[in-house]
Amino acid sequence: MQDQERNKRYNAYVEAKIAKTHAWPSLFNSFWVGGLICTLGQVINDLILLWFPTVSTQSAWAYTLIILIFLASFLTGLGVFDKIGAFAGAGTIVPITGFSNSIASPAIEFKNEGIIFGMCAKMFIIAGPVIVSGTVASMIVGLIYLFL
Amino acid sequence: MNEWYVYLIVFATGGLICFLGQVLIIKTKMTSARILVTFVVLGVFLEAVGLFDPISEFCRAGINVPIIGFGASLAKGAISAVKANGILGIFTGGLTATAGGIAAAIFFAFIFGIIFRAKTKKL
Repeated sequence: MQDQERNKRYNAYVEAKIAKTHAWPSLFNSFWVGGLICTLGQVINDLILLWFPTVSTQSAWAYTLIILIFLASFLTGLGVFDKIGAFAGAGTIVPITGFSNSIASPAIEFKNEGIIFGMCAKMFIIAGPVIVSGTVASMIVGLIYLFL
Repeated sequence: MNEWYVYLIVFATGGLICFLGQVLIIKTKMTSARILVTFVVLGVFLEAVGLFDPISEFCRAGINVPIIGFGASLAKGAISAVKANGILGIFTGGLTATAGGIAAAIFFAFIFGIIFRAKTKKL
């Protein structure tokens, strides 16, 4: 009982001490940065289809995503991506750039722990759950469609 | 359709999805890994129930660039491989369809991991 009381007081204290993050600027920034990244993707996609008319729609999307992934990991290497990420929040996480950053960032960060157990292993610290959950979910969908 | 109109829709819908992600981060204090997992599974679900294609028709990059599109291509690959190859398709379909993106992310991370040094973090 006493512990509960104490925990409650402690939580209230922590709540009061934490710097209040203002929600609206971060929501606004995530909107326009995220929108801009998607627009960039559309521009790249349109340019690919314009310059290489033989490429199929599906392949054009694949190239578009690969280019965005390249840009995001390059900017992560330069240390620029983290600054944009701190500013835009979900605006950079939710697009495919966030997936790319989630692999490149630990790869660079854990390099000093060795190539195999540092870089190669820690690469998947965030992307691992994403790939696992996506693969399992898609296999369940495949199983359902098998019986349809 | 006017070109600029398309880009406006892409900007608005893509921005809206990221906005929703930010709402999730603020309301539930989710970490970025959980956000990504949530959106990938959402994409798989949208594709499975057949809602993704009509949305994609309208939003274009607005939904294909967010990680939802990644989930949708996982499910799309699984579905089409099951139709073509039966049971084997369950295992091969999803990752085959997304192999390009995953391999690119791993490859570029490896190369830039070798080239760049970690910036010292300010505590």
